[in-house]
Amino acid sequence: MATTALPTLKPQDFASDQEIRWCPGCGDYSILAQMKKALSTLNFPREKMAFVSGIGCSSRFPYYMNTYGFHTIHGRAPTFATGLKLAQPELMVWVVTGDGDGLSIGGNHLIHALRRNIDIKVLLFNNEIYGLTKGQYSPTSRVGTKSKTTLQGSVDSPIRPLSMAIAAEATFVARTMDLDPNHLTMTLQRAAAHKGSAFVEIYQNCKIFNDGVFEYVTEKTTKSDNAMFLEHGKPMIFGKDRNKGIRLNGLTPEVVTIGKDCALDDVVVHDENVENPTMAYLLSRFMCPAFPEAFGVVRNVSKPSYDELQAKQSADALAKKGKGDLMKMFKNDDLWTVE
Amino acid sequence: MSATATPDSASRKVQEVESITIRFAGDSGDGMQLAGTQFTNVSAVLGNDIATFPDFPAEIRAPAGTLAGVSGFQVHFASSDIHTPGDTLNCLVVMNPAALKTNLRDLEPGGILIVNSDSFGANDLKKAKYTVNPLEDGSLKGYRVVRVAIDTLNREAVKECGLTPKDSDRCKNFFALGLVYWMFERPMDGTLKYIKDKFGKKIDVLEANTRSLKAGYNYGDTVEVMPVQYRVAKAKMTPGVYRKITGNEAMAMGLVTASTLAEKQLVFSGYPITPASDILHQLADMKNFGVKTLQAEDEIAAVGIAIGAAYGGAIGITATSGPGICLKAEAIGLAVMTELPLVVIDVQRGGPSTGLPTKTEQADLLQAMFGRNGECPVAIVAPRSPGDCFDMAFEAIRIATQFMVPTFVLSDGYIANGAEPWPIPDLSKLPSIKVQHPTGPNSSNGQTHENGAGEPGTFLPYKRNELLVRPWAIPGTPGLEHRIGGIEKQDGTGNVNYDGHNHEHMVKTRAQKVANIAKTIPDLEIEGDQDGDLLVIGWGGTYGSIATAVQRARRKGLKVGQVHFRHLNPFPKNTAEVFKKFKKFLIPELNAGQLLLLLRAQFLIPAQGYNKVQGRPFLVSELEEAIEGILKS
Repeated sequence: MATTALPTLKPQDFASDQEIRWCPGCGDYSILAQMKKALSTLNFPREKMAFVSGIGCSSRFPYYMNTYGFHTIHGRAPTFATGLKLAQPELMVWVVTGDGDGLSIGGNHLIHALRRNIDIKVLLFNNEIYGLTKGQYSPTSRVGTKSKTTLQGSVDSPIRPLSMAIAAEATFVARTMDLDPNHLTMTLQRAAAHKGSAFVEIYQNCKIFNDGVFEYVTEKTTKSDNAMFLEHGKPMIFGKDRNKGIRLNGLTPEVVTIGKDCALDDVVVHDENVENPTMAYLLSRFMCPAFPEAFGVVRNVSKPSYDELQAKQSADALAKKGKGDLMKMFKNDDLWTVE
Repeated sequence: MSATATPDSASRKVQEVESITIRFAGDSGDGMQLAGTQFTNVSAVLGNDIATFPDFPAEIRAPAGTLAGVSGFQVHFASSDIHTPGDTLNCLVVMNPAALKTNLRDLEPGGILIVNSDSFGANDLKKAKYTVNPLEDGSLKGYRVVRVAIDTLNREAVKECGLTPKDSDRCKNFFALGLVYWMFERPMDGTLKYIKDKFGKKIDVLEANTRSLKAGYNYGDTVEVMPVQYRVAKAKMTPGVYRKITGNEAMAMGLVTASTLAEKQLVFSGYPITPASDILHQLADMKNFGVKTLQAEDEIAAVGIAIGAAYGGAIGITATSGPGICLKAEAIGLAVMTELPLVVIDVQRGGPSTGLPTKTEQADLLQAMFGRNGECPVAIVAPRSPGDCFDMAFEAIRIATQFMVPTFVLSDGYIANGAEPWPIPDLSKLPSIKVQHPTGPNSSNGQTHENGAGEPGTFLPYKRNELLVRPWAIPGTPGLEHRIGGIEKQDGTGNVNYDGHNHEHMVKTRAQKVANIAKTIPDLEIEGDQDGDLLVIGWGGTYGSIATAVQRARRKGLKVGQVHFRHLNPFPKNTAEVFKKFKKFLIPELNAGQLLLLLRAQFLIPAQGYNKVQGRPFLVSELEEAIEGILKS
């Protein structure tokens, strides 16, 4: 982070001069607005921020940010971001991807970027549908999703983004939603502050092809019963009356009513820093209606980042061998002289 | 092998010869690559010109003793200037029947065949699919066969070193090597030092290998089984300090030299693939030159990381072979569209698909040229020899950074693994590479956003210089924040633009920019006859065979010129002029006629191809025949 005084940036300073072309009512508008807001609070120079994206509606994001930006090819954004971060370790590099881009065509790169723990922030806009290609089901679509390619309903099981991120050794894993601006801003700020790969799943409504798919967690009337907002060090409670909680029975989680089934002390206390990923994984499997879906930072552990370790190896090599000498390199073999 | 017998100080006959081609062949586990490499090093240091051809199976350890498991290493060493590893063998060393069976056809009539006679038991013969022992059925009577009980002699030599029988047997390549060192008057010092450096910590292994090498040498000296000793004098080479170099070594050093002289960070990202992996291995040990390497999760990631690094202002490089290029195609298209400097090295191998992973071929030229969607021109260069990989790696970085364009280097398995003497370059004589990055806005007054030129005082990522090259702004630079991407750009601003006329303008601009590279590359030089009946045209790793064949044809009085393309896109600007000077054109290629297609289309010349796809380089003799054939027709 820079130490010299920086000009105070306002959210609108992050807006580019490009006309935004998302459909009216798209959840992406809210994410863009909260991103500008979050970045303006970081006291970080705008020219040191870069947004890298793949292909899809969400991937148009970099064009609308007045930072450095690279709109790349389908599924490969984490690779370009990795190269950029390697070349310029001082940059804050964001990857914007979607459920199709990041989990279908680009699944491999996402897994490896996360396990490598390179210091990039991956935002996965999950709308459970292919929007830009006009409405095919995606790898996160629920079983039975009717789309142009699944006329009788999809039959294959969806991937759970948070479960995959945890399995891929991600050091920061969080979930938030487009329609909760405060939570979204806060989550983006948390991701920005993390050193290493950060993965944030954002529930995002596609007005045109999958409208209302997350209504049960975004609508005021049902939100508190279906969404559980995690806070580090606080018990996992939810519900309209804040009287429901999560209790562990061995390794099996169960929903309990506090004061009826058990006391508050019996409810699991959220520890986002715990090394063991078991609880984080259990949380990543929570799905309505059996469980409330988890929002907030699910996992946040500290591990040296790939770019730091690379820099350390470079420094070690330099200390051990001295600055590279071309002549020495050429002559590092048996030599002979022709007179 | 023209020879004159001269009396030596001892009674032994020593023949003075101009050149020798020898091949070591044995099982994959027999250490033949090591023996061949040591023989090459010693010969190079002795002052011979050298050319090598390692030939090994794709399987790491096929079942021992089988035909599939045979590994060979061919060395051509000479007192004259040579360009190829030799067509036929003067001497063949075989460690088992399988090696004999797969290599004998390359041995010249009357050639020397050194056979490990201990390995011709019934079981060995069966594994090599011999029904009768070839050492006993008279089938080898056309050769000078030297039967040496290498297993027995080697075990005897190392028996006091305390090794297991299996480990003892692993020394036998050094016994064979010692024997041929004696035969060709090579000193043992270099290899003894190698053994010491390599096995210094394992005293028993060090001692055993040393004894084995010496035992082989002494066996030649004292037991008069060898028909003759040969002497190959030093070659007359340009004065200077030399080392031996393989194409992959030269490639890695060329990349590092260019990035160092350009004062740029080099980011190299690759995925393991034969025969390109060595380049990543080499660079991984060069971190003190500002090199960062990354073994990516796949070929696509490897090129993506290199392009991301290029966007970040580093020199981004990836290396692979043909199948990897297929996977990288889409990303290379993005680098063309975003006009970023990227170097893509393709060490070609036999294709299509997995093809012949360890064998050579030149069949990716058209893939490099056209293997992407849309009108998507890239620059292409191709080294002509192992040492030339240094120059072409350097040139690729020069072109990529000066023109903001992806640049292919088409190497091949033959020059990547083959070695030749290489004069240590004079740093002060290398071309300079200057890379500039903008530090402030580049728009001028009077330009408006609507005409694609941006507002005054803004940064225009696609504003071009006189060669049509856009500026390379590095993220992190204040005031130059801009967005690039794969969607068509408005020229100047770089903003997304779907207008058809703008698209056509951009397609033509990208093509013209690549064409402009011709203004900065050397003219095509004609070797041999400067005009006349026949021009032999080649590219890439076939230079040595073609040059030798053309020299021989000219010695016979034929009027033949030769050109060899190192720049394949764009072609040198005098190409059409050169073609006007000749009547007939022969294009030998290790493919089905790819340069042929390009040249016939672009220059309308009545060229004929001479094509071979056997996973092996051209023999000089077959090219000689082709040259004579086309001149007679």
